[in-house]
Amino acid sequence: MGQPRIQEPWGSSPGCQRCITGSRLGWFGHKEPRIWGTLHGTDSSTDLPTRGLSVPAGQRKCPASGEAQGLAETRPRMETLCGEQRTLLGDKEYVGFATLPNQLHRKSVKKGFDFTLMVAGESGLGKSTLIDSLFLTDLYKDRTLLDAQARIPQTLVIERRAVELEEGGVRVKLTVVDTPGFGDAVDNADCWGSIVDYIDQQFEQFFRDESGLNRKNITDGRVHCCLYFLSPFGHGLRPLDVAFLRAVQHKVNIVPVIGRADALTPREVGAMKEKIRQELEENAISIYQFPDCDSDEDEEFKAQDAELKRSIPFAVVGSNDIVRETKEKAFRGRTYPWGAVEVENPAHCDFLKLRTMLVRTHMHDLKEVTQEIHYENYRAQCIQSLSRVGARDRASRMKLSRQSATELPLLPLETEKLIREKDEELRRMQEMLQKMQAQMQQSQGEQSDAL
Amino acid sequence: MLHSAPLHLSGQSGLGKSTLVNTLFKSQVSRKSSGWNREEKIPKTVEIKAIGHVIEEGGVKMKLTVIDTPGFGDQINNENCWEPIEKYINEQYEKFLKEEVNIARKKRIPDTRVHCCLYFISPTGHSLRPLDLEFMKHLSKVVNIIPVIAKADTMTLEEKTEFKQRVRKELEVNGIEFYPQKEFDEDLEDKTENDKIRQESMPFAVVGSDKEYQVNGKRILGRKTPWGVIEVENLNHCEFALLRDFVIRTHLQDLKEVTHNIHYETYRAKRLNDNGGLPPVTTETEENHESNL
Repeated sequence: MGQPRIQEPWGSSPGCQRCITGSRLGWFGHKEPRIWGTLHGTDSSTDLPTRGLSVPAGQRKCPASGEAQGLAETRPRMETLCGEQRTLLGDKEYVGFATLPNQLHRKSVKKGFDFTLMVAGESGLGKSTLIDSLFLTDLYKDRTLLDAQARIPQTLVIERRAVELEEGGVRVKLTVVDTPGFGDAVDNADCWGSIVDYIDQQFEQFFRDESGLNRKNITDGRVHCCLYFLSPFGHGLRPLDVAFLRAVQHKVNIVPVIGRADALTPREVGAMKEKIRQELEENAISIYQFPDCDSDEDEEFKAQDAELKRSIPFAVVGSNDIVRETKEKAFRGRTYPWGAVEVENPAHCDFLKLRTMLVRTHMHDLKEVTQEIHYENYRAQCIQSLSRVGARDRASRMKLSRQSATELPLLPLETEKLIREKDEELRRMQEMLQKMQAQMQQSQGEQSDAL
Repeated sequence: MLHSAPLHLSGQSGLGKSTLVNTLFKSQVSRKSSGWNREEKIPKTVEIKAIGHVIEEGGVKMKLTVIDTPGFGDQINNENCWEPIEKYINEQYEKFLKEEVNIARKKRIPDTRVHCCLYFISPTGHSLRPLDLEFMKHLSKVVNIIPVIAKADTMTLEEKTEFKQRVRKELEVNGIEFYPQKEFDEDLEDKTENDKIRQESMPFAVVGSDKEYQVNGKRILGRKTPWGVIEVENLNHCEFALLRDFVIRTHLQDLKEVTHNIHYETYRAKRLNDNGGLPPVTTETEENHESNL
């Protein structure tokens, strides 16, 4: 069994992920691993080394890539003692809670992970191809493309496609939320309304589930990341892009991406990225920010991290077709009469960077930010409006409830109804209690009379 | 003899219209082409910008006017964004008409009518967009439209062929007659030649570039990418050469004739009808008349 990644349960910065052995391997290739410490008392079900010895990278398998030289980024934060030190101290100083990450990892792997990714942007920018390339699936194999005439009366629909991926024993349930028809019509005013509604609905569903009685099997349908595709044919952000991004920036993590980047020469890519970054700033649009590296990382790692941040928005090319003719090694790419674009070549496009960032390093951080920032914002807004409703209700019981509902457009009607129902139930129960108490007092009184 | 030929370009910003015009000039004649200033910001409404060039080749001078339409299709709501363009074209017809019915008219009426409109289609690989259909539906009635697939270096050969087929079919289904229109083929020779162009080559998938690179010892116009150099005039790479030959070398005169004999006549007939069969009288002609007395 491979050694999957787990989240440090205590103290570390968000986005810090490490392999179970605590070793660190480089971004795009493997380095000499530095074992910071191993865990004693391993059991036969997990293949962990029992000594603090460095194991060559080739023998280790990273679940996300499945390759022998793991491309996992790990930032070890080992508070516990390293192997040699522990053996010096002997067993009396060793309690054994260093195996906690191990236990956590086993539980998480059993539970599986889930991730919801939304893709948005005009049609024809290579969104579906990119998703298929990123996750090596064929989610979009059987779709039919509509022609222009059929697209005219269509309103924006939200499509969800779910797929279960497995790699090295780790299961991920990936849901891709697609938005076909976005920006296609002649009049695109408010075509993003249904997308915003969808995101809010997912938050609302989660909120209700969380406040419900049975919380065992909540399915998390919240959108963890939105890949927004910008056109390589424009001169930066279009008015539609700005409007959409403004509408969703505080609800979901936005990762802007330039689709079909093989239309641009390297100089044009650089100019376009610069322009987009500038315009994002001018319009005060907050996109997903990578967490900073910890200060004790080595220089190479920091340099790679900085390079990643500089490359936003990523200019990507997607393809699942394997090209065999040109080079000795087969690669995924697109062939043209003048050459072939390699999808996984960092000199050709930023596909690798996007994949690394989205899947290998920041997937968990995206989920965390969604939970801790976007969802909390929504929840706070919701509760605030609820408490306003509650106060008003108490102040004027005679008023029709319908009035208060219309005064607060923020509050979804169903949650309000639910709260009111619960209030009613409480009142009824209180009345019943009072009745029972009265009865008991009466019966006691009769008994004392009888005596 | 100075020929004049206005060429109109339409399509969303960023599809390489300005670069293509540069390429058209550079690839043909002396290096007297002027630089185009790229718009920094997307204009709020559709603008019409006309720039004239005089080019010369083999003793023949031609005044080529290029009309660009920055801002087309860039807004969130693009309803009726073709109206300024339609209005501009009709204005040119109106100008010509006024000159024609003038009592003391010039020997050679300056012809500012639009002879050809290159419509740039975005190379999505899927199909035409509703905006494209609407524009072409409205404008194919007043001007010769030549649909062009812009930035075709982003499509592989199979994608290109498939896309072209789909576009042709969609145009047919929607009753959009692009130039060369079937109904105006004069004889069999024309018909077979035009049929071939209509059914196989159009819409032309072009790539534009005004930069030169060294390939095989020759200096050619192209685009340099990490995976190869796209040669603009190489027919294996894109159809720019076909478009250039079509518009300038073989069909230039025909474009002008169709504009004059058909589109202009349609406009003139409509105007005369609206006026009750009389030519439109304006204050301009009355002034001229008075000054002549």
